[in-house]
Amino acid sequence: MTIEIFLQHLLNGLTLGSLYALIAIGYTMVYGILRLINFAHSEIFMLGAYCVFWGVTLLHLPWPLALVAAVAAVALVGVLVDRVAYRPLRDAPRISALISAIGVSFFLQNVAIVLFKAIPREVYRPEWLENPMIMGGVRVLPLTLFVPVLSLLLMLGLMYIVYHTKPGLGMRAISKDIETSALMGVPVNSIIALTFGLGSALAAASGIMWALRYPQLQPIMGVIPGFKAFIAAVFGGIGSIPGAVIGGLVLGFLEILIVAFFPDLAGYRDAFAFVLLIVVLLVKPTGLLGARPEEKV
Amino acid sequence: MKRCFLLAVVLAVFGMTAPGLAADTVRIGVYLPLTGQNAFGGQLELEGVQMAHEELGEVLGKKVELFVVDNKSDKVEAANAVKRLIEKEQVQAIIGTYGSSLAMAGGEVAEKAGVPQVGTSCTNPLVTQGKKHIFRVCFIDPFQGAGAATYAFKDLGLKKAALLVDVANDYSVGLASFFKRSFAKLGGEVVAALNYQSGDQDFTAQLQQIMAKKPDVLFIPSYFAEGAIIMKQAKELGATFKIMGGDAMDNPEIVTIGGAAVEGFMHTTFPYDPSMPDMNPVAQKFTQNWKKKHPDKDPNVNAALGYDAYMIIIDAIKRAGSAEPAKISAALADTKGFVGVTGVTTINETHDAEKPVGIVVIKNGKKTYVGSIQPEL
Repeated sequence: MTIEIFLQHLLNGLTLGSLYALIAIGYTMVYGILRLINFAHSEIFMLGAYCVFWGVTLLHLPWPLALVAAVAAVALVGVLVDRVAYRPLRDAPRISALISAIGVSFFLQNVAIVLFKAIPREVYRPEWLENPMIMGGVRVLPLTLFVPVLSLLLMLGLMYIVYHTKPGLGMRAISKDIETSALMGVPVNSIIALTFGLGSALAAASGIMWALRYPQLQPIMGVIPGFKAFIAAVFGGIGSIPGAVIGGLVLGFLEILIVAFFPDLAGYRDAFAFVLLIVVLLVKPTGLLGARPEEKV
Repeated sequence: MKRCFLLAVVLAVFGMTAPGLAADTVRIGVYLPLTGQNAFGGQLELEGVQMAHEELGEVLGKKVELFVVDNKSDKVEAANAVKRLIEKEQVQAIIGTYGSSLAMAGGEVAEKAGVPQVGTSCTNPLVTQGKKHIFRVCFIDPFQGAGAATYAFKDLGLKKAALLVDVANDYSVGLASFFKRSFAKLGGEVVAALNYQSGDQDFTAQLQQIMAKKPDVLFIPSYFAEGAIIMKQAKELGATFKIMGGDAMDNPEIVTIGGAAVEGFMHTTFPYDPSMPDMNPVAQKFTQNWKKKHPDKDPNVNAALGYDAYMIIIDAIKRAGSAEPAKISAALADTKGFVGVTGVTTINETHDAEKPVGIVVIKNGKKTYVGSIQPEL
C-alpha cells in the first residue's frame, strides 16, 4: 500500500468517524441527563436531512438559511417528542420510557414513509462541495475537512453550555439526581426540553452532513448510522461528550482500516462494530471515558 | 334450540356466500417490496401490475381482483405476506417479487400450498429450482452475469475486471459469480473482488482497494440505491475505470440520483426500454399508455415485468379454461411464444423465461438502449 492510498484511507476514516461522532453526541447527551437511550435519535437524524433538502428544493431557500431552518425545525420536533412520549413517563420505570422511545422511532419512520415515499431521493449539493481538491495525490472533498471541524466546534460549544452556563449547571444537577434538583428549584422540565432540543439539533446537523457525504435520502437512512453512533457512544463511555467524539472517530477509522487491511472481510464491517460493542460491554462496561455510576444507598 | 337454528342460518348464509365469492371473481395476490431497501423496484413493478389489471380486468367472464401486500424488503415479511395471501385472501395465483431473496422466502410457502407464483425480477437460479408451482417472467443470473462479461470483454475489449459485491444479497452474489466465471473463460482477468453489505453507505475503503489494482471495468451487481452511491464515491475518489451493473440498476431515477457520476454507466437488463428503436406492438402500447398515465416519468423494465407477470397469468387461465391453482400452474409451464412487453417469452423446463439480454448505457444523462446480445456461458 502506498503512502497516498494510506492517507486517503485515513481521510475517509476521519469523515466517517466524525459523522458517527456527531450523531453519538446527541445520544450521549440525552443519556447523560435522563439515563434514556433515545432510539428516536436515528429518525430525528433522517428528518434533518429531509428538511434541509426540502427547504432548498421546495421553498427555494438559500443553502445556509435552509440549514439553519432545518436544524431549528428538527430541534422543535425533538422537544415535542420529549413532551409527548417521554415526559408523561418520567416517573415510570425506565423500561417504559425505553419502549416509548422505540415506539417513537417506528412512528417517525412510518410517517416519513407516508410523507416522503419509500423511494430514495436525490440530494442537491452546493457546487463547492462537489469538486474534490487534489493535494499530493490525495483527493480531499471539502466535506472531508468541513465535517471534523464542525464536529469539533459543536463539541466545544456543547461543553461550554454544559460547564459554563446556568442551564448547563441544571443539566449536570439533573444528571446526578433528578428529584433533589427539582426540590432545589431547578426547572427540570424546561432543562430536559432544552437537552432534547440541543440533542436533536445535533442529530439534524449530522443528518444533513451525512446526506451531503452519501447523497441519497431514504426514510430508513438513519437506522444503520444510528446503531453505529450508539456503539460509538457506548465505546466512548455513554454520558460523556468527549467520549462520544473519540468513540465515533475510533469506529470510523476501524471500519475503513478493516477494509483496507483485510479486504476479504469488507462485507462484515457491521459485524466488527457489534463485536466492538460486546467487547466493551464485557471488559469495560463504562466505556473509555464513562464515569462509574454511583451506588445510591 | 333457538341457538341451533341461528347457527344453522349463519352456516347456511356463509355456505352460500363463501363459494359464491370465490366463483365469480379470480383472486390474484401481489407481494412486492413497497417499503424498505427495495421499494424503488417494488413500487414500479406494482404500477406495471396495476396497469395490466386496468387494461384487462376480466378473464373467463369473471372479474379479476388484486390483493396487494407489502413485503417490506424483508425475507420474513415476504414469507408472511404469501401466507396471508393464500390463507386469508384465498388467492388463486401470486405475482412477486422483486428481489431473489424475497422470492425464495415467499416461494417456499406458495409451493407448499400449491398456488402458482410468477416472479417479476427475481433472477437467482435457486428461485425456481425443483419447484412445481414457481415461475418467473425474467431470465436468470448466469445468463445476465455472463451477458455483462461477454459485452465487456468482446464488444468493449476490456481485459481486467474488478467486482464489488453485496455479500448479504443472493442476487448480487449470484451475478458476481457468473460474471467471474464467464469473464475468466473468455480470457479476461479478475483483479479484485471486494464485498460490502446491504445498507452500507460508505464504499470509499473498498473503492480505494479496487483503484489500486487498476481494473478496466468494475462490475457492481448491486441494487440501484447503493449502486448510485458507489458511482458517486468512485467519481469523487477519481476512479477512471468503466462501471457495469445488472438489471437491478434499471430505474429511471438513476440519472437524477447519480447525476454526472452515472454518465457512461452500462448495465444488462431485459429486452425492453422506452428508448428502444424497434419495439413490438405490446411494448409500444405499454409505453404509450404509461406516458399517458405518468407524463413526468419514464417506464422501466420493472414496470414492464410487472405488466408481463400479470398478463402471463391471465393468458394461462384462459388457456386452462379454469382459475384453479393447479390448472394455472400446468398452463404456465406450457407457455410458449407469449408476446409481452419484454419480448417473446417461452417458459423453459426450469420454469424460467428465455429471452435475450439487453444492454443499456447512460449517455448524456439519458438511458439509451444499445441492443441485445447472446451471452457466452
